[in-house]
Amino acid sequence: MRDKVEILVGTKKGAFILDSDAARQQWRVRGPFCETWPIHHVVRASDGTLYAGGGSNWYGATVFRSEDDGATWSQSSAGLTYGDDQPKITHIWNLTPSADAATLYAGVEPAGLFRSDDRGETWTHVSGLREHPSTPEWQPGNGGLILHSIALDPTNPHHLWVGISSVGAFETTYGGKTWETRNKGVRADFYPGDPPEFGQCVHKMLLDPTDPQRLIQQNHCGVYRTDDGGSTWTEITNNLPSDFGFPMAVHPRQPETLWVIPHSGPGEGRTMIDGHAAVWRSRDRGDSWQQLDSGLPSDNAYLTVLREAMSTDRLNPAGVYFGTSTGQVFGSADEGENWQLLADFLPDVWSIEAAVVEA
Amino acid sequence: MATVYLPRSLVALFLEPPPRHVEVDSSTLRALVEQLDRRWPGMADRLLEPGPQLREHINVFIDGERERSLDAPLAATSVVHVIPAVAGG
Repeated sequence: MRDKVEILVGTKKGAFILDSDAARQQWRVRGPFCETWPIHHVVRASDGTLYAGGGSNWYGATVFRSEDDGATWSQSSAGLTYGDDQPKITHIWNLTPSADAATLYAGVEPAGLFRSDDRGETWTHVSGLREHPSTPEWQPGNGGLILHSIALDPTNPHHLWVGISSVGAFETTYGGKTWETRNKGVRADFYPGDPPEFGQCVHKMLLDPTDPQRLIQQNHCGVYRTDDGGSTWTEITNNLPSDFGFPMAVHPRQPETLWVIPHSGPGEGRTMIDGHAAVWRSRDRGDSWQQLDSGLPSDNAYLTVLREAMSTDRLNPAGVYFGTSTGQVFGSADEGENWQLLADFLPDVWSIEAAVVEA
Repeated sequence: MATVYLPRSLVALFLEPPPRHVEVDSSTLRALVEQLDRRWPGMADRLLEPGPQLREHINVFIDGERERSLDAPLAATSVVHVIPAVAGG
């Protein structure tokens, strides 16, 4: 079977799907889906089901599901609640299916974790996280108090990590019943004194696809890696032109290869630096970084790429994709060496996920 | 039977969408939402938020009067309009 590459796009006004053959040169755009709801994340589970999470100012937060490649969508938020005497859930920020598609996790705002074991029909609160002693002191980042990163250990279904802005990283080895903070070594320059146990502003955290003890994160204050499941983090900002950015990506087979998109600082607009669009790649797991900008706009390109808006496919060479808050989707079919504009004039892009499916 | 008019943006969320106006046999707004939810599972989650109460930006008019209480009574001849608040952007 020939492979088809899909880019699943969540935007301020609906979900879109871009697709291409394996050459990844010609792209078709489909959408908007999900009734033009604000969609923070779109994923395809290994059983082929599409899920899209978002939140409407009128109708609340829900998870859409399509079993026919986007032609029709249902939605459910049954069980997506903290209870009648608790804050309402306003948005779904992240959806992460398990490798076997049997379990689907949802990260929500205000920050919390839910799981579904029936493909999104009903949801159960993973309540242990919000029972952590730090919870009363959790503070929102600029995007809200949001759980945006979910990393599942493929070797142990009881072992996962989450990232919350601006609270930091947590790890559970007990299926979510109890959690430990995992922020040692991560700066929090907006706090006086030594870095606290929690309160770090993780922007995106990912698991190494080949080693479930190794994670990476783009933080408000630098880029980091860990080799011990987050017990200690090492800063790898090194020669990047800024320690600030939102998304991060890791190669599907060569985990020494990472991509980030440095932005100007939090008080300087949070855009591509000096209006020069560039992705930076490391081939040595962050010891050094190389600027890649061939095919990207180099002048007056004050683009912003939000935390969920970069992804890789699993072809060889790997494709890399990112979307901007001004509606462009850029892609590279050669691991970032050369870029092309795949779509323009979309609504504000909030998320990008690449999937390879049999055509 | 009361008649309830539903907005396009709500009925479009269901794979088998309800008609835009529905006959209901309910004595309160709460019972109306429950009846709609039995016929189209999940509709209560779209109309209500924790409390439970009507979602902040969902307006309900009963016989022309805006109501926020789920205990608001319905008559057999009532006409109910569910109308999302206007917004820009």
